[in-house]
Amino acid sequence: MRAAVPEALQESSVYWPLILLAAGAVVTYAWRALGVLLSGRIDPDGAVFAWVACVAFALLAGLVARMIVLPMGIVAETALLDRLLAAGAALAAFFLLSRRNMLIGVAAGSGTLILLTWARTELGL
Amino acid sequence: MPAIVMCASFVGFGALVRHAGLSVWHGMLSTATGWGLPGQIALVEMYAAGASLFAISLAVAMAQARLLPMTITLMPVLNTGKTPRWQPFAAAHLVAVTGWAVAMRECPDMPGESRMPYYFAFAGTLWVLTIVATAAGYALAGAVPAMVNLGLVFLNPLYFMLLFVGDVRRRARALSLGFGAVCGPLMHLASPDWGLLATGLIAGTAVYVADRQLGARRRA
Repeated sequence: MRAAVPEALQESSVYWPLILLAAGAVVTYAWRALGVLLSGRIDPDGAVFAWVACVAFALLAGLVARMIVLPMGIVAETALLDRLLAAGAALAAFFLLSRRNMLIGVAAGSGTLILLTWARTELGL
Repeated sequence: MPAIVMCASFVGFGALVRHAGLSVWHGMLSTATGWGLPGQIALVEMYAAGASLFAISLAVAMAQARLLPMTITLMPVLNTGKTPRWQPFAAAHLVAVTGWAVAMRECPDMPGESRMPYYFAFAGTLWVLTIVATAAGYALAGAVPAMVNLGLVFLNPLYFMLLFVGDVRRRARALSLGFGAVCGPLMHLASPDWGLLATGLIAGTAVYVADRQLGARRRA
C-alpha cells in the first residue's frame, strides 16, 4: 500500500515554499562546505571541475534563454519580438555604448521592453 | 560599483518573488540562507511552474555548482593557518561572484591575518545589502505600474546574460553557454519539469566531450 503524502509536502500547503527554501539552502551550502573540505586537496584545473563547469554554465544559459524566449508570469504577456529587441538593446548598450557597464546594459534592456510594450498597448501598434 | 549592480539584480529577484505568489519573507529567507542568485531564480521559477521537490533541489544544486570551485580556490587565499576552524565554514556561506572576484584580486596583497576580517566585512556587507534589496524589489513591484514591473522582472535574465557574455574567453565556457541557450527553451517545451536539468546535463556533457576532442586534436 502506498503511504499518503504528508500534508506539508502537498503543494497547496503553506509550508511548501518553506520546504523548498530549506532544500535550496541545504544544497547551496553543501557546495560551500564541500569546497572548504576539498580546498587544497583537489586540483581546480582538473577534469571533474571542467565537466561541472560545463554543466553549470549550460544549465544557467538554458535558464536565461528560457526566461527570455518562454517566460512565465507577467512577462509572458509581452511580445517575443519585444523581448528579443530588449535583449539586443541590453547587449548593444553593454558592448557599444558603455565600456561594459552592467548597470547601463540592464537599464537599457528593461527600459526597451517597457517602452515597446507601452507602445503596443497605448498606441495599438 | 559592483555592489550597486549586485543590489539591482536582487531588486529584480524581489520583484520575481512577488510575481511568483510568495511573500517578502520567503524572498528574504532565500537570500539569507541560499545566497546565490542563479539558484534562487531557478527555485522561484520552478516553484511557480509547479515542479517537484526533487526536480527543484537538483536544478538548484546544478545552478549553484559554481560555488564549489569558487570556494576551493578562495579558501587557501583567506586561510593563513592561524584562523579558527569554524571561520572558513562561515566565510564559505558568503561566497558569491562579486565578493569572490574582489577578494581574489585584493587579498593576496594583504597581510595574512587581516584577510579573513576584510572578507567578512566586505562580503558580509554585500550579503546584508542584497537581503535589503530583495525586500526593496518586492515592495517596489507592488508600488509601480504593471509595465514597470515587466522591466523589474526582466532584469533577472538580462543581468545574467550580460554577466555571461562579458566572460567568454574560454572555449568550453562559450560553447556551454551557446549550446545551453539553444537547448534551454527547446527542452523546456519537451518537459517543463525536467527541461532545465536535461539542458545542463546534455548540453554541458556534450560540450565537455567536444572540447576535449578539439583540445586533443589540436595537441596531436
